[in-house]
Formats: sequence, C-alpha cells, structure tokens
Amino acid sequence: MLHTVNKSPYERNTLESCLRLAEPGSAILLIEDAVYAAIRGTTASERIAERIADFSFYVLGPDIAARGLNGAPVLEGVQVVDYGGFVDLVAEHDATQAWL
Amino acid sequence: MKFGILINEGPFQHQASDTAYQFAKAAIEKGHEIFRVFFYHDGVNNSNRLSEPQSDDRNLVKLWSQLAEEHDLDLVVCVAAALRRGIKDELLAPGFHISGLGQLIEAGIEADRLVVFGD
Amino acid sequence: MYEEDDGFQGGVVKRFMYVNRRAPYGTIYALECLEMVLIAAAFDQDVSVVFIDDGVYQLKKGQDTKGINMKNFSPTFRALEGYEVEKLYVEKESLEARGLTVDDLVVPVEVLSSDELRQVMAAQDVVLGS
Repeated sequence: MLHTVNKSPYERNTLESCLRLAEPGSAILLIEDAVYAAIRGTTASERIAERIADFSFYVLGPDIAARGLNGAPVLEGVQVVDYGGFVDLVAEHDATQAWL
Repeated sequence: MKFGILINEGPFQHQASDTAYQFAKAAIEKGHEIFRVFFYHDGVNNSNRLSEPQSDDRNLVKLWSQLAEEHDLDLVVCVAAALRRGIKDELLAPGFHISGLGQLIEAGIEADRLVVFGD
Repeated sequence: MYEEDDGFQGGVVKRFMYVNRRAPYGTIYALECLEMVLIAAAFDQDVSVVFIDDGVYQLKKGQDTKGINMKNFSPTFRALEGYEVEKLYVEKESLEARGLTVDDLVVPVEVLSSDELRQVMAAQDVVLGS
C-alpha cells in the first residue's frame, strides 16, 4: 500500500494516524503541507525518524521547493520524488490510501 | 495502467485540485491512461466556468478543461454534491459533465489504481 | 480483488474500504461519505466502512440536531445492513480515547484493535475517504 499524507502534523493528526495504522513495509509519501515533517531538526521529523525502519518514506520535491525548504536538510532515509515519481509510486503499489 | 482520480476540494481553497492536476499530467506523460476524474464534496467547484482568478495566476478550471480536451478525459461532477453547491449544467466549463456517484464506484472497479486528493 | 460470479460487470469484486476520520456536522464529509457508501452498496463489491479518530463520533447515539438546524443523518447508519453493508469497523483505541463504548453507538459494529485494523486496511483494493 502507498499512503499519502498531505497535512502538517502540527495542524492535524493524519500523519500520526497513518503511522499507527499503516502496515510496516508499506510506503508513505508526504505531499503538500505534510512535507514539513520531512525536514530534519523539527519535532515532527523525529516521529518519522522513529519509524524510519518500518516504512519507505518519500516526500514531494515541488512542495518542498514551494515552501522555501530547498536549502533545508531532508531527514536521512526520506527520498525526494517529483510528480513523475509520485505516479511511479502509485503504479508500484497495489493500492493508495490518502490520509485526509 | 488506468488511473482513477477523486478530487474532494474546490479550486484555490485547498491544494488538492492542483496536486491532482500535476499528478494527472505526469501520469499522462508517462503513458498511463486516466480512466476518470471524479469531483466530490467541494471538488464540484472545479467545474465552475465563471471562476475568474487573477490574470497572473493559474486558471484551474480552464486547465482541467484543456487537459480533458487534449487527452479525452472524462471529468465527472457528482450530481448530489453539485446540486447542494449550486453547480448545474449551465455553469459547467467545457469537458465537465454531471453524473452520479456510481461513476466513482465504477472508476474504482475499472481502474487499476484510484488516487484521492483532498483536505 | 477476486473473481465472483455475482460481481459487477464480468465478475470482478474488489475490496472497497470507506474511511471515516471526522466528526459529524462540523464538516459535510461524514454525511457525503455515507451517501457514497449507500450508492456503492448497489455494486456488489466487498465493502467495509471504518471509523477511526473522530469518525467514531459519527455513530454516537442521541444526536439532537434541531438547535443547529441540520439534518440528523445518524439513523441512516442503521439502514446499511439492509443494503448488505455489514462490515462496520470501529477502532478500539479511537473509541476508548473518547470515553466511548459500543453501547454508546447507534448501530452494532465490530471493534478492532489498531493491530487488527491495520491488517484489514492493508488488504484493501480501493480506499476512499475524506
């Protein structure tokens, strides 16, 4: 399963719910406001770091750039993808679950 | 692969429609087929031809209409959600048409993947 | 997904899951998701409806909406069984965190722990929610 999370974890608990209910071994893609959680040195990214061994984490590059985070360090183990990569992730996984 | 796309939010208020549009474009560029784009909840507002964003900003309604025309996309606006929000046939931008929730379920059945964009 | 003779259009039956995470009335998602489930029931697919986080509040008994001038749609959950939508799952942790038990709910449900629900979710072919 590919899980998408689109809200900042400071605003909403969807990332938390996703981490609780996603099956280890699945992929989690952070898009839109959720990309903040991929930036090292934030309390939000600590939650991701704690689970880095359980999931394959991805973050949408254009959303990082849009939010002025291009120079900011992305958490190690989180892979930056573009929209083409997003499409590939959807194709590679049997189903996609959006956490809204 | 055949993709179904569900958009739950209107243009500009949320990024959902933009993200969905970029996803759809990328999918087409990679040679995939978009089986249907279904608009539900406030997503029905993406079909409003009277939308007039600022001239130096993207016009999401037109972008969807253009993508639909270029690639023969099926843009479906949910009738129940549309009626609630005052979206009727005379308001629709080119390429959009109003139909029932069954079209969304059918997309889930027929497409290889269904991706949801919302708030 | 699996093949079944009675399935829609040539026998394909997919596992559809409808995920409810939000409370009722503050937004329209609860109502419009329920409307989606009712329509979906006609397509002979393998349907589950899940309530997690604030979604469990949608099932709370005793909703009196007169004061807010909105339609109380919670009785409609009781109609789901008649539409052969019988798999209603509530996450145990979400229920308990909110001080609720199954006796507070307007319809019989299956309470699943996070671990159990995780497995059910992972097995789905199509996941819808808002």
